[in-house]
Amino acid sequence: MTELLIRNGFVYDPLNGIEGEKADISIRDGKVVESVGSGATVIDANGMIVMPGGVDIHSHIAGSKVNAGRILRPEDHEKDVERHTSITRAGTGHSIPSTFTTGYRYARLGYTTVFEPATPLLKTRHTHEELNDTPIVDKGCFPLFGNDWHTMEYLQQGRLEECAAYIAWMLRATKGYAIKVVNPGGVEAWRWGRYLVGLEDKVPNFDITPREIIRGVCKANQLLHLPHTIHVHTNDLAKIGNYQTTIDTMDNVRGLGGDNKPVIHITHVQFTGRTGSAWHNIGSGAPEIADYVNKHDHVTVDMGQIVFMDTTTMTADGGFQYMLYQLSGNKWMNFDVEVETGAGIVPYRYRRNNYVNAIQWGIGLELALLIKDPWRIYLTTDHPNGGTFTKYPKIISWLMSRKAREKSMARINSIARNKLDLPDIDREYTFSEIAIVTRAGTAKALALKQKGHLGVGADADVAVYNLNPTKVDPSKEYRLVRRALKKAAFTIKDGRIVVKNGEIVEAPTGRTYWVDSKVSEGLMHKVESEIRDTFTDYYTLQMDNYAMDDSELVRSSRVNVKAEI
Amino acid sequence: MTLSKKIIPNVICTFCGATCDDLEVTVEDGKVQTLRGGCSTSLNKFVNYNVERHLTPLVKKDGKLEETSYEDAIARSAGILANAKYPILYGWSSTSNEASRAGLELAEWVGGVMDNTTTVCHGPTLLGVHDIGEVSASLGEIRQRADMIIYWGSNPVHSHPHHVMRYSALSKGRFRSSRKDRTMVVVDVRKTDTAKLADQFIQIEPNSDYELMCALRMAVRGDELEQDIIAGVPAERIEELADLMISCQFGVIFFGVGLTMTQGKHRNIDVALSLVRDLNSRTKFIIMPMRGWYNVAGANQVSAWVTGYPYAVDLSQGYPRYNPGDTTAVDVLVRGDCDAALVVASDPVSNFPVEVTRHLAKIPVITIDPHPSATSLISEVVFPTTIVGIETGGGIYRMDGVAMVTKPVVSPPPGLHSDVEILQDILTHVKKLKMGQ
Repeated sequence: MTELLIRNGFVYDPLNGIEGEKADISIRDGKVVESVGSGATVIDANGMIVMPGGVDIHSHIAGSKVNAGRILRPEDHEKDVERHTSITRAGTGHSIPSTFTTGYRYARLGYTTVFEPATPLLKTRHTHEELNDTPIVDKGCFPLFGNDWHTMEYLQQGRLEECAAYIAWMLRATKGYAIKVVNPGGVEAWRWGRYLVGLEDKVPNFDITPREIIRGVCKANQLLHLPHTIHVHTNDLAKIGNYQTTIDTMDNVRGLGGDNKPVIHITHVQFTGRTGSAWHNIGSGAPEIADYVNKHDHVTVDMGQIVFMDTTTMTADGGFQYMLYQLSGNKWMNFDVEVETGAGIVPYRYRRNNYVNAIQWGIGLELALLIKDPWRIYLTTDHPNGGTFTKYPKIISWLMSRKAREKSMARINSIARNKLDLPDIDREYTFSEIAIVTRAGTAKALALKQKGHLGVGADADVAVYNLNPTKVDPSKEYRLVRRALKKAAFTIKDGRIVVKNGEIVEAPTGRTYWVDSKVSEGLMHKVESEIRDTFTDYYTLQMDNYAMDDSELVRSSRVNVKAEI
Repeated sequence: MTLSKKIIPNVICTFCGATCDDLEVTVEDGKVQTLRGGCSTSLNKFVNYNVERHLTPLVKKDGKLEETSYEDAIARSAGILANAKYPILYGWSSTSNEASRAGLELAEWVGGVMDNTTTVCHGPTLLGVHDIGEVSASLGEIRQRADMIIYWGSNPVHSHPHHVMRYSALSKGRFRSSRKDRTMVVVDVRKTDTAKLADQFIQIEPNSDYELMCALRMAVRGDELEQDIIAGVPAERIEELADLMISCQFGVIFFGVGLTMTQGKHRNIDVALSLVRDLNSRTKFIIMPMRGWYNVAGANQVSAWVTGYPYAVDLSQGYPRYNPGDTTAVDVLVRGDCDAALVVASDPVSNFPVEVTRHLAKIPVITIDPHPSATSLISEVVFPTTIVGIETGGGIYRMDGVAMVTKPVVSPPPGLHSDVEILQDILTHVKKLKMGQ
């Protein structure tokens, strides 16, 4: 029995309505409890902020495309290394940190749960191999649907229940947590080197449109009672004027959920929030998107904020990456995956004085500041696409301080600055709101009931930051905020101290969450035999060698749900 | 005594990079009797796996290898590695991902160089990828879509016997129902058995791949070829090939060590990768290296996710450093820099330059291998081990990067340990020695 007492901190626990009150957090055997005995190890958090451990809903940290990015870019790693110690493994950064380094760096930021948001079904075994080697944090991954032949065919035939059962089978076979959709239909087109535009174009060789795919998987998601909504990277990503596709995508599933529950998550919405008709007049569609989100409860979004830095872009949206290669002239990787999806990688540097980059920077922040309900927008950089997760403290300082924003704004492209609404926005986030967009909100969106809060029974994942909210005014002293958030004074994972003053002191193995949605036996049996009939025609792998066994996860944590079908 | 007989379906072949996963192995009385669905190489591997092997660890005493206990062999190995200033850990392509993972951790603890056999086959491919990037796909994409297939400096009929049938010209796909729907071209210095299957064979002068590839690239871009004959190939023929490549719906170049290890090396790859990249402004085209050993791709993947680099990783500074030409196994050994070596599932003595063998003969070498080899003969410690995919399971990566899990089909001989167990035991011992210091 190990006991821990975090004493006298200013606690921010929005899910339990606690906003910076002085309180003690008692921990026993990895869980938050009412109280502990006098023998408990005491952490003196006097004058510090105490929050639940961070929960990242969207960060590309593991799997085939991430590793392809590592292989593509030795020049990215040599400037940023982690040394081997008796506790920690050696590794490298920078924009695509090696797996061990990823775990340590998240823990240093006070993050304790991370989701890899795009993994090809066929290659999810690879993703899990890397997640197994990502220490400290709990994790999970979202397998890619919506360009896979089975989903498209079931939906095209109008066999929704079979489609849902197939998805349930796949989630079990790949040990996935949620349905990810990337440029539905468009990636199948890209596998022929072609593009789709908007939601109405027919997918080549498949008599179906992106609009039908999105609605279909959204309904399947609900039939399966999956904990998270569908997680959507929209069509037309990075194209000019694409904010309309984003709104169209959100509106496409309006009314599917009933009781005001979110039914769709639009990810890295910054990349799909552009107005304009050409590169020279591109602008921010954030006000329009924020307006839609403010008026409709069925949507959640994450920022996909960019940071001005050299990074590596990577997505299953292979066609977009080709476009970025043509624009930037940088090296380009593409990797299409049979039957299912694609992937592309291009190194990219976001520049302050680049008009489009400056607009992008503005879109992300405008979204976060114009969407009123912090429970429905989350902080991400779509790591490493908009910048690395290690830049979260910088983004938090922009959200909390108008002065910090003005300071950065003064240095961006002036035409872009004049075009953005951002200079006129006064809103500054509170610490509670920061706790929502970085942990409480994301845990809620992922339906991780034991995460994102510090109530009795919660997992004892806690971040302690050396920052006194009664003395520091984040609006003015944003630098102090940034500095404190960069290196947690303490990070506690499952009741064990893993970080002390920004240094790793222990590196345990985190859980891997996956969802098992129980579909009726008859339906599952039927669908399984249908998949088996086509499997060897579709794939170059036998069905029995495709599905993963639970034992392949070092610390498997199955989430059971019962499907409606 | 009753004989037990079982037929195991969907067995993954652990020989070449194609890792066919549809073998049917018949096991009788604990021994592999026969195999269906495999090529002649896999038949040989599976049926003869138990021939010529030793079952007890060996250590060198007075210049001779003598049998010893497992514990003694572990202690000796750990001592050698822990006391070495700059050991090299080499091999890793014919064993599991788990072995590579353990090897990397060991390399961190002993401050060594971790390199895999990529260094002598597709090392130049990776250097090319660092420069240019790579447009590729999983093998099923080629099977389903490709109507133009080029093998360049590669002879899969012998190196990857079922490759053409399972994944390319002779396979059946959704959009390509038969061989007639595909054009197959072979570029090589001689008419290989693979070339006999092709619609077109282009014979190229040895060591002139770079010229031909550049000329093709020019032709694809619409530039004029000013010479009549390039690399032994008439200019018109090159232009015809360029036209074929541009006009196909989905093309692929598979290339082998005939491109990576001939004159030009990574520059050949640079231009090949650039050619394919350029082609994507006209049509869909991809390129893929014909990786040799069944898990050489896995050795790269594991190394990349643990260290950031796919091979030739120097951990002597306590963090990963990568400088091919400096931190690559052959270079480290030719320079005589390393003072101990751990060789896993490979035989550098029989296929590295002679200077390497000379140096290896001077330093303590630890070999982990199921079978005796030239390297094991000069070793200080030899661990016999179980065979991945036959006697023990483990994760591997197919040549196109698809992760698979192999399972044992028979039990290993009693007392024999797997690569992973041996490496972990050495690691545990090394940690004790290092923490004690």
